[in-house]
Amino acid sequence: MSFAQALLEALESLNGNKMRSGLTVLGIVIGVAAVIAMLAVGNGAQASITGSISSIGTNLLFVFRGAQDSAGGGPGGGGPPGRSNSSNTRPLTMADAAAIGDPFAAPHVAAVAPIIQGNATLTYGGEKTSAQISGVTAEYKSVRNIEVSEGDFINAEQALGRMSVVALGPGAADTLFGRHDGVVGETIRIEGQPFRVIGVLVSKGGGSMGSEDNAAYIPFTTAQARLIKRGSLDQVDVIFAQATTAETVKQASDEIANILRQRHRTPIGQDDFTVFSQEDFLKTFQTITGVLTIFLGGIAGISLLVGGIGIMNIMLVSVTERTREIGLRKALGARKKDILLQFLTESSLLSLIGGIIGIIFGWLIAFTVGKVATAMGTNFTPIVGTDAIILSTSFSAAIGLFFGIYPASRAASLEPVEALRYE
Amino acid sequence: MDLVIEARDLVKTYKMGEFDVQALRGVSFNIERGEILSIMGPSGSGKSTMMNTLGCLDRPTSGEYILDGESVGEMTDDQLASVRNRKVGFVFQSFNLLSRLTALGNVELPLRYAGMTEGRRERAQAALEAVGLKDRMTHRPYELSGGQQQRVAVARALVNNPAIVMADEPTGNLDSKVGKEIMNLLLNLNKDRGTTLIIVTHDPLIAEQTQRVIRLRDGELDPNYDKGGKKL
Repeated sequence: MSFAQALLEALESLNGNKMRSGLTVLGIVIGVAAVIAMLAVGNGAQASITGSISSIGTNLLFVFRGAQDSAGGGPGGGGPPGRSNSSNTRPLTMADAAAIGDPFAAPHVAAVAPIIQGNATLTYGGEKTSAQISGVTAEYKSVRNIEVSEGDFINAEQALGRMSVVALGPGAADTLFGRHDGVVGETIRIEGQPFRVIGVLVSKGGGSMGSEDNAAYIPFTTAQARLIKRGSLDQVDVIFAQATTAETVKQASDEIANILRQRHRTPIGQDDFTVFSQEDFLKTFQTITGVLTIFLGGIAGISLLVGGIGIMNIMLVSVTERTREIGLRKALGARKKDILLQFLTESSLLSLIGGIIGIIFGWLIAFTVGKVATAMGTNFTPIVGTDAIILSTSFSAAIGLFFGIYPASRAASLEPVEALRYE
Repeated sequence: MDLVIEARDLVKTYKMGEFDVQALRGVSFNIERGEILSIMGPSGSGKSTMMNTLGCLDRPTSGEYILDGESVGEMTDDQLASVRNRKVGFVFQSFNLLSRLTALGNVELPLRYAGMTEGRRERAQAALEAVGLKDRMTHRPYELSGGQQQRVAVARALVNNPAIVMADEPTGNLDSKVGKEIMNLLLNLNKDRGTTLIIVTHDPLIAEQTQRVIRLRDGELDPNYDKGGKKL
C-alpha cells in the first residue's frame, strides 16, 4: 500500500471519529502553542533588552570599585558604591578618572566621565518625587549620548562654578510639573536646596539600567560639595569611559585596567576595580534571558509531552477498538508493515495537524502579548522565529511517531486468528 | 489430478495455560481444483482450526500443508499474508466489511494490499457486477441489507482470483431465503469460474449442496464417514 493511500485512509479514519480526533489534536495544539508563545516571549524579551543595552553605545566602558566576582551582574543602575566592602579596596577618585583620560597612557580612551550618584527628594510647589541624582561633568553628555529636548545639559563652566543648576529626566519633569516642556528657567528644590532647571532630557525608555528618565543631573562639584557626601572629597562612584571606536573597546579596557592597577598598587589578579563593557552587559543579560527562554520553553514542552501521551492513549484505544478490523485486513493480505504504517500515519497526522494549528494559535498568543505590552507602554515585541516553528513542528511530528510506535506495533503484531475472533 | 490443497498429518496444538490442547490430531486429505466441499463437525471438533489452517491464517504445529503448490508450514508471517492475499478469499459469517469504506472500497482492499494501483477500480467494479451489485457500489455497508453485505464480501473474496474461497458459515447471519440466494451465488461462481469452494458449516442443508463433505470429530476425520462424506 502506498503512502498516499495510507494518508487518505488515515484521514478517513480520523474523520470518522471527529470528536475524539479533535480532543486529541487539542492536546498537541496547546503544547505547540505554548512552546511557540513562550519562545516568542523569551526571544522578544531578549531582543528588547539587547536593544536597550545597545542603545547605551557600543564603545562605552564602565569602571566600578570592587573586584569582578563581587560585582555581581553589573551596576544595576548605578547604586551606591563600595559593593565590595573589603578594607583593602580603594575607591575610585577624580584623579583616577584624570589618569584614564590621559591620552598618552590610554590612547584608545576618547573621553572620560566620572559621576557620583545618590537618591534625593525633588520638590516643586506641592509636588514631590524621589529621583536618582547624578553629579556629572560636562563630558557626560557626549559619553552617554545624552540628548536634550529643550535647554542644555550641564556644561563645563557650570561644573567649575559649582552652580546650582539641574537637567531633568523627562519622567522627573513630568512628575514635578505635569509636563516635560517649557520648564526651563523654573526653580526646583533638591533636598531643600534651590536648583534652576536648565534642560530636559529626551526619554530613553525604561531600560535595563533602571529608568533613566526619572533622574536629575547636577554639576559634579555641586553634588560633591552639597548633596552627596563621600568619605573623601575626591571620590567618584562610576567612571564612564568612551573608547575611540567600537573595535578598540578591548584595548581601552586593558589600558584602563593597567592605569588603575598602577595607581592602586594592587597585585596582579587582585584588582580592586572592575572594567565592564557594554559587550559584557550583553553577555550577562543574554545568559539570563537565554536561561529564561529555555525555562519557559521547557515548561511548555511538558504540555507538549502530555499531548503526546494523549495521542498514545487514544491510539491504544483505537487499536483495541479496531482489533477485528486489523484481523480482517490481515486476512485480506495486509502485512505487518501495512498495519504499522496505517496506525503510524494516523498518529503522526494527529500531531502534525495539532502542530500546525498550534503554530497559528501560538503566534496569535504572542501577537496578543505584544499588543498588550505595547498598550501598557512597554517597548516589547515577541518574536516568532522560524527556528521555533521548525522546532515545534518537527518535535510534534516526532511525538506523534514516538507515541504512535507502541500502539501501532501492538496492532501490527496481532495474530489474525485472535483478532478476527475478538468481539 | 490437479490438487489445489494437499494436507498431510496436520496437527495443531494450542497451549491453554499448563495444558496442551490438540485441536487437530493428524488430518490428511486432498482437494481438487474446482471442487466444492464442506467441512462439518460439532463444536470443538476442530472445524475452526481447520479453516484457519487451510486459510493460511495460522500455521500447523506439524504436518505438511501445500496450497496451490506452495508449502505453507515454514512461512513467515509476511509470506503467509502474501499467500492469503493471492490465493485465499474469505467469506465470514458476520460479513466483516469496513463500515467507513463504500462497497467498492471494501472490494478494493485486497487489491490495495496486493500493491495494485492501476485498474483497481475497474476490477473491483467487475467483481461487484458479478455478484449483482452494480447499482450499489458507492453505498456503505450500513446502507445495505444483510444479503447485499454478504454479496459485497463474496465480491471481495473473488476480486484477486484466489485459488480457494473459504466461507465460514456464509449464511449463518441471514434468513433462509437470502441464505439460499447467497449459496446459489457461490455455487454459480464455482460453475462459471471454476473457483474451489470450501464451506465450513454445521448446517446439513448447506452441506448437501456440496460435492463432498469432510466431517471432523475430536480433531480427526470422522471414522463413521468415507472420503466422499457418505455415512458408512
